[in-house]
Amino acid sequence: MDAKVKTLLENPNKKMNSDELSLLSAFFRKNMWDVLHQRGTGHWGGSASSTELITSLYFNRLNIEPKNPKDKKRDRFILSKGHASINLYTVLANRGYFPVEDVKTFRQFGSYLQGHPCMTKILGVDMSTGALGHGLSIGLGMALASKLSDDSYCTYVMTGEGCLNEGQSWEALMMASKYKVKNLVLMIDYNKVQLDGTMEEIMPLDNLKDKLTAFGWHVNNEKYDGNKTSDILSSFDWIDSDDIWPKAVIYDTIKGKGVSFTEGKNTWHGKVIDDESYEKGLIELQKDIQEKGVRLWK
Amino acid sequence: MEIAMRDAWGNALVEKGKTHPELVVLDADVSGSTKSILFQKEFPSRFFNCGVAEANMVGTAAGLASAGFRPVVNAFAIFLALKGTDQIRNAIAYNNLPVIIAGAYGGLSDSYDGASHQSIADIAIMRAIPNLKVIVPSDSNQAEQALEYALKQESPVYIRLNRNPMPEIEKSEEFIKEKAIKMIDGNDITIISNGITASFALEASKELEEKGYSVELINSPFVKPLDEETILKSIRKTKKVITIEEHNIIGGFSSAVSESIVKNNVCCKFKAIGVEDTFTQTGDYKELLSFYGISKENIVNQALKILN
Ligand SMILES: Cc1ncc(C[n+]2csc(CCOP(=O)(O)OP(=O)(O)O)c2C)c(N)n1
Repeated sequence: MDAKVKTLLENPNKKMNSDELSLLSAFFRKNMWDVLHQRGTGHWGGSASSTELITSLYFNRLNIEPKNPKDKKRDRFILSKGHASINLYTVLANRGYFPVEDVKTFRQFGSYLQGHPCMTKILGVDMSTGALGHGLSIGLGMALASKLSDDSYCTYVMTGEGCLNEGQSWEALMMASKYKVKNLVLMIDYNKVQLDGTMEEIMPLDNLKDKLTAFGWHVNNEKYDGNKTSDILSSFDWIDSDDIWPKAVIYDTIKGKGVSFTEGKNTWHGKVIDDESYEKGLIELQKDIQEKGVRLWK
Repeated sequence: MEIAMRDAWGNALVEKGKTHPELVVLDADVSGSTKSILFQKEFPSRFFNCGVAEANMVGTAAGLASAGFRPVVNAFAIFLALKGTDQIRNAIAYNNLPVIIAGAYGGLSDSYDGASHQSIADIAIMRAIPNLKVIVPSDSNQAEQALEYALKQESPVYIRLNRNPMPEIEKSEEFIKEKAIKMIDGNDITIISNGITASFALEASKELEEKGYSVELINSPFVKPLDEETILKSIRKTKKVITIEEHNIIGGFSSAVSESIVKNNVCCKFKAIGVEDTFTQTGDYKELLSFYGISKENIVNQALKILN
C-alpha cells in the first residue's frame, strides 16, 4: 500500500479528492506515530486530531507553490495550536517544502524542525507559533495586509478550543468583525479535550457557535466531522458559498484519532509513546491505511 | 522651543506616512494620547484602532509585517511592555519582523496617573528580548530621528517616548549611526544620560565645570545596541561614571552600562541614578522626577561624592 501512496505523492500539486485525502491522512498519521515514538517527544493527541484538516488544506485547498514558498500572493496558514507541529511538518514535507527524511530529525538538537513551528527556519511555515492564543491576531494582520495591498489571498488560522481560552483570541475575534475582514477563516479543531482534562473540566466553551456569532462572525450551521475528508470538502464549499466575512468553521474532531486507546484522552496530549503502545497503535494505523487504500483503488 | 515628544512623534508619523506607503499605524484606544490620531486623520485606511487590547494589536502588527507592511504600534509603554510582551517576543522579535513598537508615556511622564501608568520596567523587559533594538529618545528631535532610524531597519525596534514638553538638546547625527553622543569633553568624571535626563545632565555638568571639575558628558539614546566603544573609552579615561535614567535602576540603562564595564574589566567608581526599585507615585512631573533623584541637583551631589 505504501507504494500506492507514493504514487499519489509523486504529484503533490494535484488537487486531491476526498478518498485520496483520506488515504494520505491515514498514511501521515502513521508516519507521525512513528516519529513521535522514535524521538520520544512531541504531541500526539492534537496532531492526530487535526490530520485530515491540515492534509485537506495543503492537498486540496491552499493556493500555494512549494517551489515559491515566499510568494506574496500565496494563501497563508497559521497553526495557532503550534504543538501539533509534527502534523504540519509531515504534511509540508510531503507537499514538497523540504525532504521527507528530515522529519525524522524532529525536535533533535541542530534540527531546523523545532519543537514548535518556526518561520525563519522552516520553509512553508507562514508564522511561528507555540505560545497559544496568538494565531488569530496574526492572521487578522495578514488579512488586513491582503486588503491593503489589493491582493485576494486567504488566511486560514487553526486553533483548538484550548487555544481559544486565551483572551487574546477574543480580542482578535472582536477586531476582525469590527473591520469585517475578508479572506480570513478561523478553523476550530474542536476535539473538546485540552491538556489537563476535557474541555468541560478545564474551560467549558459550550454554545461556541453562539459565542462566535455574537462576536460578529459567520459560522457554519451544518456540522462537519473534521476527521472526515468528505465533510471537510463540504466545509470548503460552504466557505465559498457566500461573501460574508469573517468566517469561522467548527470541526468536530477526536483528539488522538486513529489509535483507539488514545482517543479522547487528555493523557495522550503529549505523552511519550512507549514501545508496547507503539506496537499496538501501529496495527490499527496500518489497518486504516489498508482499508482506505482499498476503497480508493478498487 | 520645547515641543512634547508625543506631538513630535505624531507629526513624524504623518510625514513618514507620505513617503512610506507601506507604513501602517495601530493604536489601542489611546491615539489621542499617543498622537497617532494625527496619522489616522491623514491616512484613515492605513490606521487601525484595535480597542483596548494590546496583545491583539501587537499580534496583528506581526501579521501585517509578515506580509510586507511596516507597522507602528502605539500604546502606553507600560501596557505594551506588560500586556504585549508575549506577542512582542514570540510573534515579532522571534521572527525578526520589522515592527516599530512605540511606548508612549514612558518613565514617570504620565505623572498624575500614578504608579499604575508609570513605566519603569519596560526597558528591562525589552532589552532582554533578542533581535529587538531599544531606544529612549532624549527630546523631540531624537524621537523623530528614532522613527527615521527604525524605518531603515529590517528588525524590530522599541522606542520609548515621553509625554511632556522637555528641554531640547543639540541635535546630532551620531545617534542614528547607533552611536552615543559626546556632548562635552572632559577628564574628571563621565556622566551618561539616557532619555529625557539629558538636559538635567547638561545643566549639572555646567555647574560642576563652574566648581572646577572637568566633566565628560555623554548622551546615549540607545540602550541596545549600546555604544560600548564611546562609553568605555571615556570611563577608562575618567575612572568615574554616573548614569541617569528614568527607569528602575534594576535592568535598565545603568544595568546595560554596568554589565559592559564588568564584562570588559574596566575599573571605575560607579553610581546609577534612577528609580530605586520602588513603586512611584502621583504628582507634578518635575516634582516627581526630582523626588526620585532624577534632577540636576542630585546629579551634582552624586558627582561631588564620587569626585571627592
Ligand atoms: C500560552 C500557552 N499556555 C500554555 C501552553 C501549554 N499547552 C500546550 S497545548 C495546551 C492545550 C491546548 O488545547 P487545544 O488548543 O484544544 O489543542 P488540542 O486539543 O487540539 O491539542 C496547553 C495548555 C502553551 N503552549 N501556550
